[in-house]
Order: sequence, then C-alpha cells, then structure tokens
Amino acid sequence: MTPARDTLLQVAHAGKTFDVSPPWLTRVLGRQHRLLLHAVDDVSFDILRGETLGLVGESGCGKSTVARLIVGLYRLSSGAITYAGMDVGTLAYGRGNRTLRRKLQMIFQDPYASLNPRWRVVDIVAEPIRAQRLLRGRRATVARVDALLTQVGLAAADGHKYPHQFSGGQRQRISIARALASEAEFLVCDEPTSALDVSVQAQVLNLMRDLQRALGLTYLFISHNLAVVHHVADRIGVMYLGRIVELADKATLFATPQHPYTRMLLDAIPDIAMSGKARTPVAGEVPNPLAPPPGCTFHPRCPYANERCRVEVPLLKRAPTGGVVACHGIEERRINFAPHDAGVLKET
Amino acid sequence: MTQALLDVRHLRIEFPTRRGILTAVDDVSFEIAPGEVLGVVGESGAGKSLTGAAIIGLLEPPGRVAAGEILLDGMRIDRLSHDEMRRIRGRRIGAIFQDPLASLDPLYSIGHQLVETIRTHLPLSESAARARAIDLLQEVGIPAAARRIGHYPHQFSGGMRQRVVIALALAAQPRLIIADEPTTALDVSIQSQIITLLKRLCRDHGTAVMLITHDMGVIAETADRVAVMYAGRIVEIGPVSAVIRAPKHPYTIGLMGSIPSLVGDREHLVQIDGSMPRLTAIPAGCPFHPRCSRVFDRCLHERPDLIDAGASRAACWLYAAGDRT
Repeated sequence: MTPARDTLLQVAHAGKTFDVSPPWLTRVLGRQHRLLLHAVDDVSFDILRGETLGLVGESGCGKSTVARLIVGLYRLSSGAITYAGMDVGTLAYGRGNRTLRRKLQMIFQDPYASLNPRWRVVDIVAEPIRAQRLLRGRRATVARVDALLTQVGLAAADGHKYPHQFSGGQRQRISIARALASEAEFLVCDEPTSALDVSVQAQVLNLMRDLQRALGLTYLFISHNLAVVHHVADRIGVMYLGRIVELADKATLFATPQHPYTRMLLDAIPDIAMSGKARTPVAGEVPNPLAPPPGCTFHPRCPYANERCRVEVPLLKRAPTGGVVACHGIEERRINFAPHDAGVLKET
Repeated sequence: MTQALLDVRHLRIEFPTRRGILTAVDDVSFEIAPGEVLGVVGESGAGKSLTGAAIIGLLEPPGRVAAGEILLDGMRIDRLSHDEMRRIRGRRIGAIFQDPLASLDPLYSIGHQLVETIRTHLPLSESAARARAIDLLQEVGIPAAARRIGHYPHQFSGGMRQRVVIALALAAQPRLIIADEPTTALDVSIQSQIITLLKRLCRDHGTAVMLITHDMGVIAETADRVAVMYAGRIVEIGPVSAVIRAPKHPYTIGLMGSIPSLVGDREHLVQIDGSMPRLTAIPAGCPFHPRCSRVFDRCLHERPDLIDAGASRAACWLYAAGDRT
C-alpha cells in the first residue's frame, strides 16, 4: 500500500509487546514461563493532514500504547510507523530525528502530572523552543511564549506563575501551549479532557478546534468517551484488547456501526436525551489481556459468535457501509444490523 | 404528602482555617421521599460529596455542620454521638463510594466483610448471615457466589468489586443509600451494568438513593429528581425530565449545552467562560454572576433563593416575579 498524497501519519501492522514475566529466579524455581503482554497487536491506520482521528476503547485496550508508540515514548515490537515518509521508529532511542520531534507533540491526560511543579509556566512553555534552538535570545523566546499563552486563552502575565496556581482546565491550556511551542503539526492527545469537569472540557475542546482551524493541525484524539470523540473526530477507530475492530468515518460509525463491540459501546452510552429507549447492558467484562481468548478476542461477550470466531482471528475487511471492520459475522453476512437508530438487532 | 425519608434543611458546612472560615456548603435544603432517586450533580468543588458525607456523619474534621438540620424519618441525625451514628450508618443509610478498592478491606475475604456487616446490624447467626451474604452476592450478579464468597477483593475486577460494595451497602436493608460517584471509576460498558443493577435493586427493595455524580447522562437514566449544585448551593432542583429538557438556571443551561452529544453536529460546544470560584472568593450576590450571560443589577448584590421556575425551582433572579430588567 503506498501512502496517499496527503497521508501525514501511517501506522502499518504496529505491535507492542511488554515482557511482564516474573523475575528470573522466581521463574526458574517456580517453573514458570515467560509472560508476554500484547498491548497492541497488528494495528494499522492512516491519518490525513488536517483531520482528527478518534481512537476509542475501554481501559486496557491499548489506545494509550498506540499514542506512545507514535510519539516514540515506546519502541515498536513489530510493524512500522511513518510520519510524512519519515520513520518514527528511529525517534524512540537516541537523538532521533529533530524535525520529527518538533512536528509530533503529545498532550497527556493528567494536567497535574505532566507539568513540572517547580518550573514557572514561562519556562515550561519555552523548553521546547530552547531544546530545539528555535529562537535566539531570551527576549525573543519570552515574546513567543507570551504569544502562545495568549493564543490558548491565558494572559501573558500568567507565565510568571507556577502550575499549582492554575485550575485543571488552565493547566491543560498550558500543555497545549507547550505542544505548540515547537511549531508542532501533529498532536497526539491522550484523554486530554478526561480529568476535567464538563464545562471546562467544553472550553478545552472548543480551543482545540479553533487551533486546528487556525494552524491546520492534525490530531490523534484518544478517549474512552464516545460523545467527546463524536464531537471532535472526523474518523473513528474502535479498539478492543489491542486491536482495531472497526474504523470508519464518524457519520457511518454512529449511524451504522458494524462490529458487535462498537454497537455495544454505543448502546452503553447513558441516554441523556431521555428518549426512554431501553438499554441492553452487555454481559461480561474485558478479558485478561495476558490470556486473551483465542480467535476473535470479543467472542466470549459476543451474542453472534460461532465456531469460526472461537478459532480464527478476524482481520480488518472493508465493510458494506464503507468503513473497515474485523468481524467474521459481518464478512459472512451472518449478522445484519439495522441502522443503529432503529434500535433493532436482526440476525439472519 | 407522605413524610420525607430524608429532610435536609438549611445545611451549612464550614471549614475553619487559619485564614478564616470557609463555607463549602451554604444553605442547602432538599428532601428525599421513600423509594425516590435524587440525583445531585455538579462540578468538582460544588459541595455535592460534602453534603453526602454530612448526611452519613462522615465529614472529615475540621469540616463541620455549622448550621441547619438533617432529619431521617423525622429524627434529627446531625447531632448524634459517634456511637449512635454508627448504628444508623449501614443499618438505615448505606453508602457506595467511587473507588470500590478503597471501600473494601484487602485483608479480609468479601464473605468475611459481608457477614461482619450483616451481623453488626441484624440479629442473625453466623451461618444464617453467610447464607444471606451468598443471596446478596447472587442478587448483585456475581456468578458462582457460593465459591466467590471466599475470595479477596484483589481477585475481583473493578466492576465486580463495585457489585460487592453494592451488596455491602444493601446488607442490612437500609432505606436510603448515598451513592457518591458509584460508576465514575468504571468503563462505560461496566457503568451501564452497574447503573441498571442499582436501579433494579432499589426498585425491588424500595430503597431511596441520593446519587451524587458529575455525569448528567447517569442522572438522566437513573434519577427521579435532580439537584444541580454550584459553589456550595443548590441552583436548581426539579423533576429530572424538566431540568434536562428545559433547564432554567443559566448555569444549568450552560452545563447542559457543554455536554458533547451524539445527536447533531455542532461546531462548538456551549461554553461557560471562567471557572467555579474558589471557596475563599465566592462572589457577593449570586455566586454565578461573574460567569452569567444574563446578569443584571440585582444579581450583584442580593443572593437569590430557590424560586419557582416552571416545573422546577431555580435560584435565579430571572424568575422573581416582576423583577426583570
């Protein structure tokens, strides 16, 4: 597959395995085997310049690991990630590629843990400028920081304060200013609003959208909250136990979800419109990722699973609705879902 | 009208500090009828959890109930001694907290903890209490309850642990449960399981619930009435459908608009500028006035009480008769 003209980021069969074995001595004495956790398994997607790709899933599905692989905080176990044709894998260790580091930035979930409490805001935001040697001289740097703080809706005078003097939402604005300081083009946002109250979340989401319009930014937006992802994303990928089970543009995914897991997630959203439609809570929980079920990892919770699902891992295939989906039932046309709003499941 | 199960009147919670007294909850009044689910919603620091803690007598010092009264079945419970309160807690008011791991003792099996709770409050023998514990676990949907009863909290997943906590809260068949963010720590699919379970159990047992949460979606699905809190006060209270479909207080209107929705495609969410005031600097007049788009003169000086506004009541001068400017 050759990258399309405007593909900015390409993730191809990315995998990340963590060795969570007990210590060597325990293992030898206890005759235990090595224990490998496949946090991300054969994940592929493209992100086009200027778009927002949302990634949703429950805790432990590997979405944060994908984020960290992209910015180079983890090294890939298999597969490849390229950013504008450059290999991100080289970013993880050593000095890496300076341009890449500048263009790819990350916003973390916890604005209390991601800012150094002993640094003034001006130093926090100026750090990427200094590290990348983007500007010469303190005066130019401070002027740039002032402009950045104003851009994210803070006052230039706030630069002299410490992080503890800001609320959660303001801290997240500081994180965004820091990410933009190196003239980033691509922001990986890992649950950027999950720690915030809903009215503050609205402020941050609005700011992120305004910045995207103004600066032509591209986002990978990771969240467990489907409503938030629906608001920000153009396309959405759904992850389950380290794999992408469905990826489609927003309208398609919400109108005609294909994978039973996607459908389950949509059904689980509390119904704020109070339409009175009954929710069917899905039985079961996410299995232990150390011992994932064979075949399709969703099969123990799936009402449509058959023998093939229990044995064979489904791959992402083009769905009749236009997205891609990894489900034998959909591929075989065993499962035929009515559009989601009708709220009726049909099995043929 | 039947007597309220819980009646909170003009509750004020204060924290004495070196720099003076902070008022965290100010003049909060509400009632919960038997079997009713009252949702209490608000952002962090609004005072919703403190209100819940005051009712079950678990306010951490130096926090204290400075004024007002709390009545359970017509009896004042805010002035009870430590021992008297212990007999009410668990027996007549159950509690469910956000983090199920923190609510369970990691050193004892869940069976031990359930039996202890049951025998503290009910005159049952060890074996009868154990049988009841197994029934409870089955009722909250724990598979193979008879086997699982010997397991320790770490052997359960987050969702299963919260089920155990619910079983504990129901163990002595209280008539009221204070549930403080019971689903916040859980994934969305597990959250819907727990909410469905809580609703069913309370309907079956006729238990009233004070459901404290920041999640309007959970309130919409569960509550009969909802109280919206802001800066230590109730700004709006009413039937859940009225508050959600036709909010009256400008804060509630903003709050509802700021929730991303699956319906429609908006470029921007409604945004309430600024943030909730710190307790040290609660503005005079209506505490929401610096952020309010419909502020007028009276809001700056006079604090509004709850005023009838359509089907609900809102603490907003906009609804004072003949006073609109």
